[in-house]
Amino acid sequence: MNCRTNTLLHIGSVCVALLVGALSTTWGAEAEVKAKVTKPADPAIVGEETAVLTQAPHVPPPIARSHATKVIIKLEVREVVRKLSDGVEYLFWTFGGEVPGSFMRIREGDLVEFHLNNHPSSKLPHNIDLHAVTGPGGGAASSFTAPGHSSVFSFKALNPGLYVYHCATAPVGMHVGNGMYGLILVEPKDGLPKVDKEYYVMQGEFYTMGKFGDPGLQFFDQEKAVDERPTYVVFNGAVSSLVGDKAITANVGETVRIYVGNGGPNLISSFHVIGEIFDRVYAEGSTTPTLHNVQTTIVPAGGSSMVEFKVEVPGTYILVDHSLFRAFNKGALGMLKVSGPENLLAYSGKEVDAVYLGRQADAGSEAEKRVRALEEQMQQAIKSTPAIANLTKELQVERGKQIFMQTCFVCHQVDGKGIPNQIPPLAGSDFLMADHERAIRIVLQGQTGELTVNGKKYNGTMVPLNNLSDDEIANVLTYVKNSWGNTAPAVKSDVVRRIRSEAPAPVANAYE
Amino acid sequence: MIGLALTTVAGQGTGLAELAPPPGMALVPSGRYEPLFRGEKDPKEVAVEAFLLDVAPVTNAEYLEFVKANPKWRRSEVKRLFADENYLKSWADDLDFGAANRSNAPVVHVSWFAAKAYCAWKGKRLPTTAEWEYAAAASPSRADGGKDTQFKQQILAWYAQPSVSNLPPVASNAANFFGVHDLHGLVWEWVADFNTAMVTGDARGDTGLERKLFCGSGSEGTNDRENYPAYMRYAFRSSLKAAYTVHNLGFRGAKDL
Repeated sequence: MNCRTNTLLHIGSVCVALLVGALSTTWGAEAEVKAKVTKPADPAIVGEETAVLTQAPHVPPPIARSHATKVIIKLEVREVVRKLSDGVEYLFWTFGGEVPGSFMRIREGDLVEFHLNNHPSSKLPHNIDLHAVTGPGGGAASSFTAPGHSSVFSFKALNPGLYVYHCATAPVGMHVGNGMYGLILVEPKDGLPKVDKEYYVMQGEFYTMGKFGDPGLQFFDQEKAVDERPTYVVFNGAVSSLVGDKAITANVGETVRIYVGNGGPNLISSFHVIGEIFDRVYAEGSTTPTLHNVQTTIVPAGGSSMVEFKVEVPGTYILVDHSLFRAFNKGALGMLKVSGPENLLAYSGKEVDAVYLGRQADAGSEAEKRVRALEEQMQQAIKSTPAIANLTKELQVERGKQIFMQTCFVCHQVDGKGIPNQIPPLAGSDFLMADHERAIRIVLQGQTGELTVNGKKYNGTMVPLNNLSDDEIANVLTYVKNSWGNTAPAVKSDVVRRIRSEAPAPVANAYE
Repeated sequence: MIGLALTTVAGQGTGLAELAPPPGMALVPSGRYEPLFRGEKDPKEVAVEAFLLDVAPVTNAEYLEFVKANPKWRRSEVKRLFADENYLKSWADDLDFGAANRSNAPVVHVSWFAAKAYCAWKGKRLPTTAEWEYAAAASPSRADGGKDTQFKQQILAWYAQPSVSNLPPVASNAANFFGVHDLHGLVWEWVADFNTAMVTGDARGDTGLERKLFCGSGSEGTNDRENYPAYMRYAFRSSLKAAYTVHNLGFRGAKDL
């Protein structure tokens, strides 16, 4: 039945050829292409050309024509073993020998004569469903091709946009899951805005019997695929396909356009470039810039997006699916390397690198409340014991010295002179003597950042000593303020207690 | 009728052993086969009568005898209408399958017409899709391997490996429950009615292809949407035309009892 149909159609085309007369130049092709359907001529089509196909991340040059033409696209389906990750191989089913498939670029109104050639070494028949095609199946039925055979069909590019194409042979999820997808750009009649760099990035996931990184030739895992639990989620067909010397590049000041596709077969991508904001997003592959100033854009499975942004600051920008475990555990990570002069107005780089001690114990916490209550009890006990309450300044100095020799001397030294350029002196210190309560606060809360002692700058860190009791702090401060030539009144423990009870000075907290 | 009598004893495993199959063939008892694709009016199950099936695909050496006896099926003689230009492509010459091919490897690059003619010459016929699928549903240990996940995964593994240019000998792997080898994992095989699965039978399709097999709608009307190997076999068969020859497509004979 097939044969008879073919023969009839073939005879039909022969008759047309004879009627038209001397179509001798196309005669050979006519004889080869069986079941060729005759079509009315389209007056809008001028000339003929063969499409330039590129492999990711490269994109064919913009269309320079201002008229529609007949475009011949020849795409070869191949089943090839390639690297999925370091030491991991996979039998990819491909359009053009790579994943994703070749990028095609045509113009709105073009008549495309599409040749799908299935390599003789293929195990399976394949076809192509181009989302750019208007018509049942998107070309799938017309392009269904056994191994070692080829099919031809034609379509007119009626709608501009960035379209996914994929194999649609049953089981379609497996054909797509093995890498059979790519992008076809139908430029609007007036073209797209000019940009400096264009790239092709397409996400897809792979379902392997082994875990991520398990070496050797990996087989398709049907159960994982049906459960939508991918082992790999990658850009451009392999882990690290856009990393290191394979990163895409741009120069400072250039505008970059990325044609982003998502083959799926299951996941929706949250496409994000770390450290960049998309100036314009042509959402879902439309030809109108629908969104401005976008951080993350959704790329549906079997869909696309165009993003444009000007790169202002040199450095490496990481492309991710912001569903982050895909990026960091399954491979969905690429790089854009931008070179050129620094732009400190746009981005300063790191200005301060300092230790941050964190806030003191939260005054509201249960532990802190309990400490307060115990301290209160202790103070009451001290007040009710005249022998303690009436300690003289000399006694405080003696007790304070013991604390100093246990806790403080390591840094501030036995002679109170500190360490030049690192630890400020206590002996003769204008900073220490100038502010009675500041000294108490520093012992309680620690000190970080720059300070000036006797005209010299220090930028170190003193840890808080709030494990010391109010009395111990009063005593040790009384000692340092009355030693090595320093003279000052005794520090009262109730002052220490009051300062401790005050809310700590507000500080920026990186953890809030 | 013998077929009727066998149908009544099928499944009970009695009576069949008395009928010794001819050498190189196995007796596949009658049973039921659920087509993967069927229309609304088609029955859910198809009865399969008991039949004889070659235990292995036809080899290069066996096919050489055929072309020696039938000059019109030699590579240089064959009519293009009955076999495309790649017919017996891997052979060295008309009567020489070449040093690169094993004598006991399956013959490939043969058309449906050629396979049918070979079977007729042998007093056999090509198996039907129903017969082939019914026989191929058997795993090594049971008649209905179709629901066995591990069995299906083993079959899938074949698709995950690249094609080999030098095919191994037939019957290198274990036979299935019926004593038949190589229904999976070696080559695709022609069946008598290879082009029926997706021929619409109505006037809406001009190519004879059932469009439902494409894309997401591929699972509509199927009885087992998880049986990926079956999808691939059906897709493969429906991509063929009778004169096509493919590097990994061979055949085997069947016979009525």
